[in-house]
Amino acid sequence: MKLKLVLLLIPGFIILILVASFFSSRKSLDKNINQLVIGSIGDASYLNPILSQDTASGDVNNLVFNGLLKYDKDLNLVGDLASSWKVTGGKEPVIVFNLRKGVKWHDGVEFTAEDVRFTFERVMDKKTNTVRRSDFELVKEVRILGRYKLRVRYREPFSPGLESWGIGIVPKHLLAGEDINTAAFNRHPVGTGPFRFKEWVSDEKIILVANDDYFEGRPYLDRIIFRIIPETSLSEIELLTGGIDYAGIYAHQYERMKANPDFRVYKRPSLGYTYIGYNLENPLFKDKKVRQALTYALAREEIVDYVLYGHGVAATGPFPNHMWYYNPQVMPYAYSPEKARQLLAEAGWTDSNGDGILDKEGKPFRFILITNSGNDVRRDIAVLAQRQWSKIGVEAIPRLYEWSTFLNSYINPKNFDACILGWSLSVDPDGYSIWHSSQIKDGFNFVSYRNEEVDRLLVLGRREYGKEKRRAIYHRIHEILAEEQPYTFLYVAEAMPVLSKKFIAVEQLDDKKIYRPIKMEKSGLMYDLIKWYVPQESSGISDQWSVR
Amino acid sequence: MRKYVLKRLLQCIPTLFGITVISFVVIHLAPGSPIGMQLNPKVSPRIVEQMRENYDLDKPMHVQYVLWLKRLFKGGLYSFKDGKPVLQKIGERLPATVVLNVVSVILIFGFAIPLGVFSATHRYSLLDNMGTLAAYVGISIPGFWLAYILILGAVKMFGVPVLGMRSFAVAELSFWQVSLDRIWHLALPSFILAVGGIAGISRYMRSSMLEVIQQDYIRTARAKGLREDEVYYKHALRNALLPIVTIIGFLIPGLIGGSVIVETVFAWPGIGRLAYQSVLSRDYPTVMTIMTISAVLVLLGNLAADVLYAVVDPRIRYPKR
Repeated sequence: MKLKLVLLLIPGFIILILVASFFSSRKSLDKNINQLVIGSIGDASYLNPILSQDTASGDVNNLVFNGLLKYDKDLNLVGDLASSWKVTGGKEPVIVFNLRKGVKWHDGVEFTAEDVRFTFERVMDKKTNTVRRSDFELVKEVRILGRYKLRVRYREPFSPGLESWGIGIVPKHLLAGEDINTAAFNRHPVGTGPFRFKEWVSDEKIILVANDDYFEGRPYLDRIIFRIIPETSLSEIELLTGGIDYAGIYAHQYERMKANPDFRVYKRPSLGYTYIGYNLENPLFKDKKVRQALTYALAREEIVDYVLYGHGVAATGPFPNHMWYYNPQVMPYAYSPEKARQLLAEAGWTDSNGDGILDKEGKPFRFILITNSGNDVRRDIAVLAQRQWSKIGVEAIPRLYEWSTFLNSYINPKNFDACILGWSLSVDPDGYSIWHSSQIKDGFNFVSYRNEEVDRLLVLGRREYGKEKRRAIYHRIHEILAEEQPYTFLYVAEAMPVLSKKFIAVEQLDDKKIYRPIKMEKSGLMYDLIKWYVPQESSGISDQWSVR
Repeated sequence: MRKYVLKRLLQCIPTLFGITVISFVVIHLAPGSPIGMQLNPKVSPRIVEQMRENYDLDKPMHVQYVLWLKRLFKGGLYSFKDGKPVLQKIGERLPATVVLNVVSVILIFGFAIPLGVFSATHRYSLLDNMGTLAAYVGISIPGFWLAYILILGAVKMFGVPVLGMRSFAVAELSFWQVSLDRIWHLALPSFILAVGGIAGISRYMRSSMLEVIQQDYIRTARAKGLREDEVYYKHALRNALLPIVTIIGFLIPGLIGGSVIVETVFAWPGIGRLAYQSVLSRDYPTVMTIMTISAVLVLLGNLAADVLYAVVDPRIRYPKR
């Protein structure tokens, strides 16, 4: 009998607790806390700017650490920990950095030139598992000229190296003598940035709190939480319930989020592009006319419409069109199957046996188009390209491979005909590792592109510090690559971050505070994060609050 | 009995060794490499080569295996992905996974046993037939699909956060509120994990109960004039529970194993996701260690099931030698 009671009570009890927890959870929600919760798709790896190479870690490190230089909202290089800096050209160019005085690490110790040199030395140490070393390989020496002054000398001119000084500086007094690869510091970082590290629960969240002593003033927000939501479609759910305040979304979610009155959806062209690369060692793609024909036969506007719901622009070359080195004179290849057929005929490709597929010397125009699995956009591009090319008698067979397999069995050994991929670029236009012929063997020139003029210009562009001269160089590279089409440059997609409308920015003008909405700039949304704030009264903005 | 257990434990060692060797070979033969996954044009190939060396990936496979074994026991086994000690990495995810699975096991037994008993005692009634239907639906429904439907439902109808282990848009809470919040966040994922189990085990319970009810001693009990409840819950149920008890042994590996799908869909920071991500990023030390731990648990679980069977059923005896 007792047993029967137990059997009935247990499920009843479970249901009771559940109902209680639901009401309690709902009651304790408070959407006006002065904190920003950012949805992130993956967990960070190293909270150490020397070691990290993933965006999840980079986003956190950017708030905890400062570099000597940074990009401002218009993507101009400006001083960060450096109060001023000067480049002197010549055979062995020199950069002199004057550092900000009185900057404190989060543990109270003062930041000095020693820390900068220490950071440089750790990066250059072979034992350090860092990919940043590539950026500093041409540095001959870093000499300390004073407590707040140091001089960097390069072996040869290397202008892309300038932005590398944006690397977060790490504290010598905490890391000297430690094995940096496995140091506990990498999970409890101490930096100089606007937010200090508080807590990291693996795969769940990273909590940062405002740094009261930040050299540009205390951030208005009290806390920033990075929350890991492993599925982008689920971050929309969390946005709706207030579980996160900020997240990037997919193109198909755009209209839905835009219609939501609680959020602002921003748009910004991303720094990178998606392309179809042709293996130029393959006899099919040796002829420039064939590659041009393949580009002419692709309706790229249609691709942008289908896979990005229109949130992107067709690319004309290897540079996104909002950057200063983009060449506006280069015209996009307008969709024209006739032109494509004509070019292919000139190259000797005709449908001589009437099977609907072009052929030349008895060989059909058939190739395998590979991309990585897990990326629905690229998969859809493959299908669209297959269909569009079939109209001009070219047969592409799409294949998907898991990312690591894709890279190591197909791309790196150059074991492919054509591939769909994308490049994420940095602000500097240097494309040496992608296009220079010396990079065919082990570098990123896996399509085996060779062009003497491009080789020469790439080297020239790296040796030149003047912006105007560099602009001319990269405009010419843009022209040549557009003409030669080693890739079919598909599009530059738009990044679409969503932010809750409860956040505003505070501007301090003399002794008056001005509130304004948060604006998207060239460099993104977060450039003025330290000015963000959540007003504490739901009925508009109160003037009563004071800055703690 | 003790001898038997000891013998079984010793037998586990060569099996375990075989499992680790095979997994090691399979993982390393799979195409891909833990280094250079980013396709970052700013990284020079020299650096990638140097990093291979730093991670001992340039050494022959058997040397790497011995190194792994040595580091596993002597310490110094670090993840390729974030330089953390592997055991610490796994340990951090363990509580989340264990809590989720323990709760789902409680749900499974808490609901399946009463359901099964009720179905058996009210055989072919309307409720029993509905239970049968629900069980088939529960077994065949894909977990991730049901999860999405429930999440959408909860969010659209109630507007309460359901993902993750806790609510984030909250100020300071009392201990009581924090506990209830945690329970609320546990509810959906543990239910999704339990659906299949509830459906399956309630069927198991039902048939086991029915079998017992038809035994002679139940007829005797009824003939004595005992009330129905007394017959069912005093005499029948105890015997009917025997096969169910042994299932607990098989649940042990599942408790730690975690579930990739549920953990991903509910943003739950558990072992399943760690294992999956480690495979994708070819984080060999982590993958190998998780695999070894699961192997140990499966072997122990089998042993526990056998032992439990002997403990609860006096008719079962294991050979003395």
